[in-house]
Amino acid sequence: MELFDNHKKLFSTAALFFISLTILVAITPALNNQKNNQPLPGVEPLSEQAIKGKAVYIANGCVGCHTQQVRNVDMDKIWGGRPGMAADYALNKRTDIWRNTATLMGTERTGPDLTNIGSRQPSSDWNLVHLYNPRIVVKESIMPAYPWMFTIKKDPAKGDVIVNVPEEYLEGKEGKVVADKEALYLVAYLQSLKQAKLPDGSTAAEFLYKSVEKEQAGATPKKAVDGALLYATHCQSCHQANGEGLPGAFPSLKGSPIVLDDNAELMVNIIMNGYDARQNYGVMPAVGTNAGLTAEEIAAIMNHEKTSWGNSARQISPEEVQKLIEFVKLNATTK
Amino acid sequence: MNTRANKTWRILFTLAFMQLFFILSVNAQGTSKGAGHAGLFIFLILFLVVVLGIAISTLAKTKEMISENRKTKASFKDKDFGNYLRDLDSREIEIILKRKRNPSKDNDAGGSDGLKFKSAFLSIVSLLTTTGLFAQNNKGQPDSLLSEEGVIITIILVMTPIAIGVLLMFLKVRGLFRQFRNKRNLAEADKLADYISSLDNEEAVTALEKRKAALDYQLSHTELAGAFSAADEKGMISNAGPASGLTFVAIKKKAVKRPNIDPQLAKLILWYIGTAAFWLLFGTTIGEYLGIKFVSPDADHLSWLSFGRLRPVHTNAVFWGWASLGMLGLGHYIVPTVSNTALASLKKGWYALCLINASVVMGTICLMAGINNGGGEYREYIWPVMLLFAIGVVLTLINFLQTIAKRKTKEIYISNWYMVAAVMFAIVIMLTAYIPVWQNGLGETIVQGYYMHQGVGMWFMLFTLGIVYYFLPQQLNKPIYSYSLGILAFWTQILFYTVIGTHHFVFSAIPWWLQTVAIVGSIGMIIPVVAGTTNFLLTFKGAWHKVAGSYTLPFFLIGIVFYFTGSMQGTAEAFRSTNLIWHFTDFTVAHSHLTMYGIISFFLWAAIYAVVPRLTGKEPPQVTVGAHFWLALIGLLFYTIPLMYGSTMRGWMWVKGMPFIDTVTHMAPYWLWRAIGGSLMWLSHIFFAYNVYRMLASRGITDVKEAALKKLEQGLIKN
Repeated sequence: MELFDNHKKLFSTAALFFISLTILVAITPALNNQKNNQPLPGVEPLSEQAIKGKAVYIANGCVGCHTQQVRNVDMDKIWGGRPGMAADYALNKRTDIWRNTATLMGTERTGPDLTNIGSRQPSSDWNLVHLYNPRIVVKESIMPAYPWMFTIKKDPAKGDVIVNVPEEYLEGKEGKVVADKEALYLVAYLQSLKQAKLPDGSTAAEFLYKSVEKEQAGATPKKAVDGALLYATHCQSCHQANGEGLPGAFPSLKGSPIVLDDNAELMVNIIMNGYDARQNYGVMPAVGTNAGLTAEEIAAIMNHEKTSWGNSARQISPEEVQKLIEFVKLNATTK
Repeated sequence: MNTRANKTWRILFTLAFMQLFFILSVNAQGTSKGAGHAGLFIFLILFLVVVLGIAISTLAKTKEMISENRKTKASFKDKDFGNYLRDLDSREIEIILKRKRNPSKDNDAGGSDGLKFKSAFLSIVSLLTTTGLFAQNNKGQPDSLLSEEGVIITIILVMTPIAIGVLLMFLKVRGLFRQFRNKRNLAEADKLADYISSLDNEEAVTALEKRKAALDYQLSHTELAGAFSAADEKGMISNAGPASGLTFVAIKKKAVKRPNIDPQLAKLILWYIGTAAFWLLFGTTIGEYLGIKFVSPDADHLSWLSFGRLRPVHTNAVFWGWASLGMLGLGHYIVPTVSNTALASLKKGWYALCLINASVVMGTICLMAGINNGGGEYREYIWPVMLLFAIGVVLTLINFLQTIAKRKTKEIYISNWYMVAAVMFAIVIMLTAYIPVWQNGLGETIVQGYYMHQGVGMWFMLFTLGIVYYFLPQQLNKPIYSYSLGILAFWTQILFYTVIGTHHFVFSAIPWWLQTVAIVGSIGMIIPVVAGTTNFLLTFKGAWHKVAGSYTLPFFLIGIVFYFTGSMQGTAEAFRSTNLIWHFTDFTVAHSHLTMYGIISFFLWAAIYAVVPRLTGKEPPQVTVGAHFWLALIGLLFYTIPLMYGSTMRGWMWVKGMPFIDTVTHMAPYWLWRAIGGSLMWLSHIFFAYNVYRMLASRGITDVKEAALKKLEQGLIKN
């Protein structure tokens, strides 16, 4: 065939074929996608510190293990309240002339998704300790430690941010661990990662592939909610598996008067609205509200806390919790 | 086997395949159907096909038995016995002769079991029909029920004894069949004995005696040589040595000496291959260290060696350093060779070599210093660094095209199609991905999906296929099985591969239709992959024995096997239902190693071992080539299989809503296996580097024969 024996014709045909397909499936959709895209109303751009933090995030290749996308599948529900959409990434533009846009969606989830980490774990104390060495707060973690973002000082200056690192992690050095700018920027970036709320009146896309049990509630008995598993997901990274917390950072739940109290109002209030009343401990985020936990799930977590690690308080029913939730919600709005 | 059974077979297979495709398409559409059940469903259907297959073959066997029985009854005639008599050996003739010399009485016995068989057959048929009905019922189960674990388990539990029953029945019928045959043969033997004794005595005895004498004849062993001793007057025998004891290492065929290659070109190619080997060792040392970090995260606390920075160093070094340089080196050998002309410009070759190496060195340093492009996989080098690489590739394209333009053959051999296309496409891909003025926003992610997959499929895979199309036929010393299949694979690869990039972002904020196109394209990849695999395997036809005697062909064979399995795995991963479980887990890591290592690296090693001895005249030691091959293969399996298993479980745990940290601890043993497999792979690269060194450098041991000859020569000059 003439086409096959003439190198000019053969290779230009192949090249044209490939280039037209490229235009069709890559260039046109890419242009369309980035042009027809606006951020959701009310979304604020990153602060100056957070922008610097994002640069630290990029430089250290965090995207290799952490995704930033909530897929529209049921299993991703724990990472955000609704599936991600193009608008969520609308504020991402080219970093500079040398470097591409960093949407940081990622393709590996060796570590947790960080789309909503700013709501899930807003505590800067926790984040700094965790950055210094993740195994201080999460024993099983395999995340790298970033001690080079901290300095160990004998006499910290007045404005220094001191990180409460247990002695065995200091590798024999003496002094206080002070967070460098890099670490502070990075934490500022992590704190800024929050999934934006949809404007009133619009409904989010549905999560697909819901587990079958939920659809046929009549056919199979409903699975009991496992408080221990929920505790591991939502509470353990601060309060630890043994419930003892971390001295100087996260309070112990073991023998805690709030946990053991028969009147559970304060406990429900802390879970739903967060807590920042104690100077010597970090801020507690509004875990229950952020994760969208149901009264049943909160009751399960509370009962796990009330009956583990030597605690033995009266268990609470989901109905009681439901009542208290409504009560504390009212309180929070009137405040 | 009779035709009716054949027909049933065909219908059954068609049905099974239609159903398979139906399932695949359902999966591709990705509705709210339960995720893991599709696999189970496929498994069930395959299982049914196997059971039915056994049943049908049993049926066929029974029918065959009955018809044979009928036939033997019809034609139990004397003329058949002639065959038996013609095949007698000396010992048997002796027995007959003895019998003939002193005849005595004999008796006759015989019978038929027709009735028994009929009843047995009937019972089997009735059993079979019930199995068939059962099978129909299963296929007809509504989806909602089938997705209930309890129902699935029940079905499997019910099917297990049925399968065992069918298998037992099959064995039983086979035994029956054998028994029946024996009985029939015994009857026939009786008749044969009768026949022999009825033969005319004297005539038979002389004929048999004559035959026996002929059979007993033996040679004197001096017929050909006569009284002379043997001599090789034409010099046809070489390397003949006395047979020694058992060899620990198999002796493989030496590389065949080829017409001399321009030493300047040889030098260029060897530099490409040498630097490629360096980057392989460097890149996988980093990879090995990363694997260790999964097991021991506190191995170091240095920013330049932290996991997030080293990971792209590893991937980019093996991509742009090892695989790209290795491919280009081999390309510089193949393009002029199949064009039957010299390379257009050696200078361009050297420039490209330097630019690409410089790009990888600078890229590595940048990444370790924390300067990267913002997270796109294999796009971590910033564009000024990648520009060097791109210029190198452009120079190569010009060089290859100019060489092909002045070819002395009419046609363009298919290797050159693949390789030149790969170089052209690589330039298009890099321009699309890196031109800094057009992407600004979410479009980046669409381009990222396109870029990373085209980099793999259009640059590495296409180029490597070109290498295989040249070296595989050359090593087998026979033409490629089908040129047309190669052409089909070429165009379909371009059509389907180009569209599949977005399957890395299934369920993400990328347009849904684009994801679906990518999934459909992934299914389409079956065509080029099956065409290519078939073509390569059929080229082996009639030459399989050469595999054992060659040290390059095993590498090709493993590459072909992984080409099929690895690529098909990619198709399987692209469905929405499987993506749900496997995406974001280490399954993709296992997959990329099965393909980039199992396919690309094995093919490159095969071609390097084929070409370097031709260029230098030195061969690698057999032991270390063997060690390289086996360590790489076993290491790869240790690396990928546990990782795939563990990741599937991890994905399932995510679906079930287990706490995230539990899925991290769950992976620990599989990460350990990964580190072990990775260590074996890394060790194999040390052997490879040593082999390259042995093929390049002089051995440094004085050859006694050569030295003696040199001395004699000098002595002659003096005299």
